[in-house]
Amino acid sequence: MKTGYEKIYERPDTLLSTRMHYCPGCMHAIVHKLIAELIDEMKLQEKTVGVCPVGCSVFAYDYIDIDWQEAAHGRAAALATAIKRMLPDRLVFSYQGDGDLAAIGTAETIHACNRGEQFTFIFINNAIYGMTGGQMAPTTLEGMKTTTSPYGRLAKTAGMPLKMCELVSQFDGVAFAQRVSCNNPANVRRTKKAIQRAFEIQQQGLGTTFVEVVSNCPSNWKCTPEVSLQKVKEEMLPYFPLGVYKEPRS
Amino acid sequence: MGDIKFMKGNEALAEAAIRAGMQGYFGYPITPQSEVVEYLALQEPKHDFVLVQAESEVASINMVYGAAGAGARTMTTTSSPGFSLMQEGMSYIACAELPCVVVNVVRGGPGLGTIQPGQGDYFQAVKGGGHGDYRLIVLAPNSVQEMADHTMLAFDLADQYRNPVLILSDGAIGQIMEKVELPDPVTTKIEKPWASTGKTPDRPRNVITSLYIKPEDMEQKNIELQAKYRKIEASEVRFEEYLLDDAEVVIMAYGVTSRICKKVVDLGREKGVKMGLLRPITLWPFPVERVAQLAAQERVRMFVTAEMNAGQMVEDVRLAANGRKPVYSTGRMGGILPTPEEILDFSLQHMK
Amino acid sequence: MPAKGYVEIDKEVCKGCNLCVLNCPTKCLALNTTDTNSHGLHYAYQADEEKCIACMNCSVMCPDAAITVYKKTE
Repeated sequence: MKTGYEKIYERPDTLLSTRMHYCPGCMHAIVHKLIAELIDEMKLQEKTVGVCPVGCSVFAYDYIDIDWQEAAHGRAAALATAIKRMLPDRLVFSYQGDGDLAAIGTAETIHACNRGEQFTFIFINNAIYGMTGGQMAPTTLEGMKTTTSPYGRLAKTAGMPLKMCELVSQFDGVAFAQRVSCNNPANVRRTKKAIQRAFEIQQQGLGTTFVEVVSNCPSNWKCTPEVSLQKVKEEMLPYFPLGVYKEPRS
Repeated sequence: MGDIKFMKGNEALAEAAIRAGMQGYFGYPITPQSEVVEYLALQEPKHDFVLVQAESEVASINMVYGAAGAGARTMTTTSSPGFSLMQEGMSYIACAELPCVVVNVVRGGPGLGTIQPGQGDYFQAVKGGGHGDYRLIVLAPNSVQEMADHTMLAFDLADQYRNPVLILSDGAIGQIMEKVELPDPVTTKIEKPWASTGKTPDRPRNVITSLYIKPEDMEQKNIELQAKYRKIEASEVRFEEYLLDDAEVVIMAYGVTSRICKKVVDLGREKGVKMGLLRPITLWPFPVERVAQLAAQERVRMFVTAEMNAGQMVEDVRLAANGRKPVYSTGRMGGILPTPEEILDFSLQHMK
Repeated sequence: MPAKGYVEIDKEVCKGCNLCVLNCPTKCLALNTTDTNSHGLHYAYQADEEKCIACMNCSVMCPDAAITVYKKTE
């Protein structure tokens, strides 16, 4: 460090030094970093159990230095339900993509929310199946081309993309639901605040907490990270509006 | 001396689970096992365990995964179609080496089938109903007493080997009422330093997973699992014998059918035929050695297996007998109990 | 000498996604398009320390937590 200067940001301790396998510019990595920062700042390492999904973030346990359980595809909410019920004083979160949370795991998601399970969903919505190579997701936008919708998603046969934040905010069991993005510095800061809020509400035992991050996938969207951020702003956010969808009753 | 009660098999199992120190129960109603979840729901306020009625068997088995990974003693119960739904979870649990107890109160199948008792899930139970090479320890109770005793044993074996234990019961044993001496509650708690409960500074993070992306790692995991299975095969074979000392005809049956077959042996001996019964209590590990010993004895003329299916365990008996003696299979399908006379007639015909 | 602050970018951790460069309000960062790190990737670096205002936009956006930010003490 140069003299006359102080360090105001460095890599969080809880983020392990293992090189993350995510493609350049992937928001998964940004969200991992934010979770690690919050675990450090809120001193949660000894209290936290994460549940990782099947999808691009399947190796999350290699990156964040906390105890984890790896779920079968779609079943993170079932695992998180049981973990929190067995260890009620721990902070429990599931980290899931759109295929995991909103396709194969929809039933587990909805019923955990409806029961008001006291854990936090961190939902990465990038409108595509990343790990398996760019297939259509339940949140793929109308007209968007993927390897299984090569001529663009047709609403007539595939339906419209699922709006999970709007859906889960209907349940009494859900205490907090917010949709955020990481497409610019201000939104990254909001995402961190939203996850912090969700963790705090979980610790207060007020109900299920749900943070949806409208995300990108430069590789499978077949564009540069820069263009992917433009697409988030111009294509994703008009259909998936940011904002707080559910607040705890005061 | 424990409490003596008159109970249904399903209720005895549920009560024993409480006494075994079960901390989390996750299940979905299905006939003929619903009394388990109903009994536990009634008892929940008086005890220190958590009950969640899940949205499906898929969710229940994954809740069991989560609870087991968090270090809890945990159980789910179901019947045949529900157990089919659980197979993905069983495979994950087996690979992640999580201790838990799963109960299948079998009904007649395939398909939606019938709610009457069946034994058609033998293959699924002992050969692995899910994907990949894995084994469950499979216990087959044949009385209400054993529904309770096997539950206590199942929790212990699960913890000892870090392996899922399946109680393969049937609709008859689950539903009948009998006298049962309930076991004393377990008070000791088992240390599970591998459990995912929050990382403390004194240890590396614990990760419960069945993901080994590098084939070399996956092979090594398989080698370790197989070594564990060989250990279980060497130590945990359980069976019961009835009048086998001079038997010329060895009847083999498990669960409710084994009770019918005791009668077959008695009826046969009344007619002057020296019959005996070998009843596997563990379906996996199977009593291979005992079958092989009997097959090698000159006086043993043949084996007859009686099952409520098209003949499933018979394959394991044939493998163990290894061609030394003929093995015949009889039974009924579709949820019908065979009569002792049917099995006896079948056996006598094959003696001609 | 840097005016208000400066950053250090771990070039081995950097994947060259350019998000820091794009989001720097004073355009003091750049992508090295001639050199690569050991992973074969171009990496970002601070081209002009003088302009850095230690706003942390770069470290906030960096997916790989490759950036350390220093601020001038008062």
